[in-house]
Amino acid sequence: MTEEKKSKKVVPTKYPMPHQDAAVRARNFEEVALGLDEETAVLEAQRCLQCKKEPCRKGCPVEVLIPDFIKLVAERDFAGAIKKLKEKNALPAVCGRVCPQENQCESYCTVGKKNEPVAIGRLERFCADWERTQGIEVPEIAPSTGKKVAIIGSGPGGLTCAADLAKLGHKVTIFEALHVAGGVLMYGIPQFRLPKEIVQAEIETLRKMGVEIEVNAVVGKFATIDELMKEEGFDAVYIGTGAGLPYFMEIPGENACGVYSANEFLTRTNLMKGYKFPEYDTPIKVGSKVAVLGGGNVAMDAARTALRLGASESWIVYRRSKEELPARHEEAEHAEEEGVKFAFLTSPVRVISNDEGWVTGMECVKYELGEPDASGRRRPIAIKGSEFIMDVDTVVVAIGQGPNPLVPKTTEGLETNKRGNIVADPATGATSKPGVYAGGDVVTGAATVILAMGAGRVAAKSMHEYLSK
Amino acid sequence: MYKILSKITLVPTLHEFVIEAPRVAKRCKAGQFIILRIHEEGERIPLTIADFDREKGTITIVFQEVGKSTKQLATLNAGDSMLDFVGPLGEASHIDNYGTVVCVAGGVGIAPVFPIARALKEAGNEVIGIMGCRCKDLIFWEDRMKDACTELRVTTDDGSYVCKGFVTDKLLDLINERGKENIAEVIAIGPVPMMRAVANLTREYGIKTIVSLNSTMVDGTGMCGCCRVTVGGEVKFACVDGPEFDAHAVDFEEMMRRGRIYKEEEQKSLEKYTNKSCTCSCGCGGAK
Repeated sequence: MTEEKKSKKVVPTKYPMPHQDAAVRARNFEEVALGLDEETAVLEAQRCLQCKKEPCRKGCPVEVLIPDFIKLVAERDFAGAIKKLKEKNALPAVCGRVCPQENQCESYCTVGKKNEPVAIGRLERFCADWERTQGIEVPEIAPSTGKKVAIIGSGPGGLTCAADLAKLGHKVTIFEALHVAGGVLMYGIPQFRLPKEIVQAEIETLRKMGVEIEVNAVVGKFATIDELMKEEGFDAVYIGTGAGLPYFMEIPGENACGVYSANEFLTRTNLMKGYKFPEYDTPIKVGSKVAVLGGGNVAMDAARTALRLGASESWIVYRRSKEELPARHEEAEHAEEEGVKFAFLTSPVRVISNDEGWVTGMECVKYELGEPDASGRRRPIAIKGSEFIMDVDTVVVAIGQGPNPLVPKTTEGLETNKRGNIVADPATGATSKPGVYAGGDVVTGAATVILAMGAGRVAAKSMHEYLSK
Repeated sequence: MYKILSKITLVPTLHEFVIEAPRVAKRCKAGQFIILRIHEEGERIPLTIADFDREKGTITIVFQEVGKSTKQLATLNAGDSMLDFVGPLGEASHIDNYGTVVCVAGGVGIAPVFPIARALKEAGNEVIGIMGCRCKDLIFWEDRMKDACTELRVTTDDGSYVCKGFVTDKLLDLINERGKENIAEVIAIGPVPMMRAVANLTREYGIKTIVSLNSTMVDGTGMCGCCRVTVGGEVKFACVDGPEFDAHAVDFEEMMRRGRIYKEEEQKSLEKYTNKSCTCSCGCGGAK
């Protein structure tokens, strides 16, 4: 083994991911990245050094057995590889697509010290996609413990928590406010980045594990957490309600017709299939020149969606520079390839509308970067007299979301902070209320799918301990 | 699935459904709403709860055929089911013993006013109901309203029933008869221009007035912000902060402008639906 390792010459770069051509994909909702074929996946897996320290695992919030599954791919044992992956990750097809691997597992990869790191994300996606063509295998379930758990919210955190607890033999019911399960994976992340059929296939596996999913169930409205515990006999509750409350800029004209929150813009498109109107009944309106405010992944998703809905120009308006963009590098790059334009160091001051209330433009101000602020990023400072009018007819506000207040508002004894986030112990997910756990965006503020999954896993572990007492 | 237990066509384009929805019926209160979806391709349609029966686990909704979705909803009958039915959503009406309360209902607004009037009467208020429609044929639930109110006054725009006039005329009569200081509160639900007219009238007399806003919504749980309205200079979400607001603080003009955002699309959808010559191969017969 050591000899082999010494003699092994690493291929310096990752095997490229095939993509739909940028000009074509910018006008359709089909998936952008096409996935590795078997031969390429095996070659990519062979780039892994199988180093003993497994630094990559440190960078994974759910501690996927990375070298182990990659070894099996290299040996062409794809069935073994996906089984290994699913020991730690209930949603590999999702994570393989939307995790920011470059900042997580791949950033710790030993190969990456001198060459490009192993494409762990692409391999994860490959295994999950391979399994889907074969028929997904349902993980083994422990004998019933007789305990009942309620999970509030069916986003990535709730699904992970549910899968872990179901495996341990607890009876799990997920309550979802919308009419389909998946949370942000269904309403937020666009079809071209994460096909909805894939999300549903992963959720179907959970159902086969015995997890019940009650849709159209708004906890805090049809029943409170206390009622679920006292009247419906749930022994423990996990709150994974995410960050579903859109923030607005609070600038004049923001309620004009043609100004959307990113949540509305993406929900109409993804969840309600507005891009198929009038075959689907929910309309979405996009003008010819769209400005998306913000620089995160949600902003990139909205700007790329606008092009696909028929906009001739789609702009990202961001008050810092390209280096500070919070979006994944790959997403910003994909957006640029597709024709999304960037107005950096620019921020809107008011939305201008016509007599009927429709957006006709946006007054902006130019910024320059000063010293780093508390966030470590250079602070943008407005340049006096730099005001100008941007010619746009649609504005999408993608500057972030806060926690949805419905559950905290209706749950007595549940501590929240001044931003409205639920206070939970990061090591256990325990809240101020006995038997009630929380994690993901509702605790941390808007973050990533994989961090929410990590929080779901942490909570599942301590909930199991609590239930086993 | 959420089964329709009974259907009554109240007036030609206005229907009453009683729907099996025990989870919603268990906790709903006057003033709250539900969101339903007919089928997989359907919109999420918000409708105010018109009545409920906790024992039977049922919710009553009343809706008017306006666009494609409501026309399609009207094709359903007792025994059919809808795909989704979620609620109760929104904040409930504030019910207390205020003294004399006037409940003003216009057109299809009669349905959501009914449970509020009943709750106010049960709380010991003197409830004076004013209900108005364009013409005699559009009047419904007069008996129910009579029961829910201490006193009921009816009017029609064209005078084809009881008397000619608008609800605001009846309200003005009442203010003159009773004196503004003897009216604790006015609740008005109906078309936006009617609610605005009531607000303008009571503002003059300084009578506290509540309206229920039916803004365009998608999720109905505060997530999309589509239903935002300006109330007293602040942005509120009708779905979670409302649907009831202080009528004197609501920016009705903005609300009406926002209500027209999808006018063209709604027209397109309706035309496609009513034009049965659809040539698609899906077998919908033009229904999609």
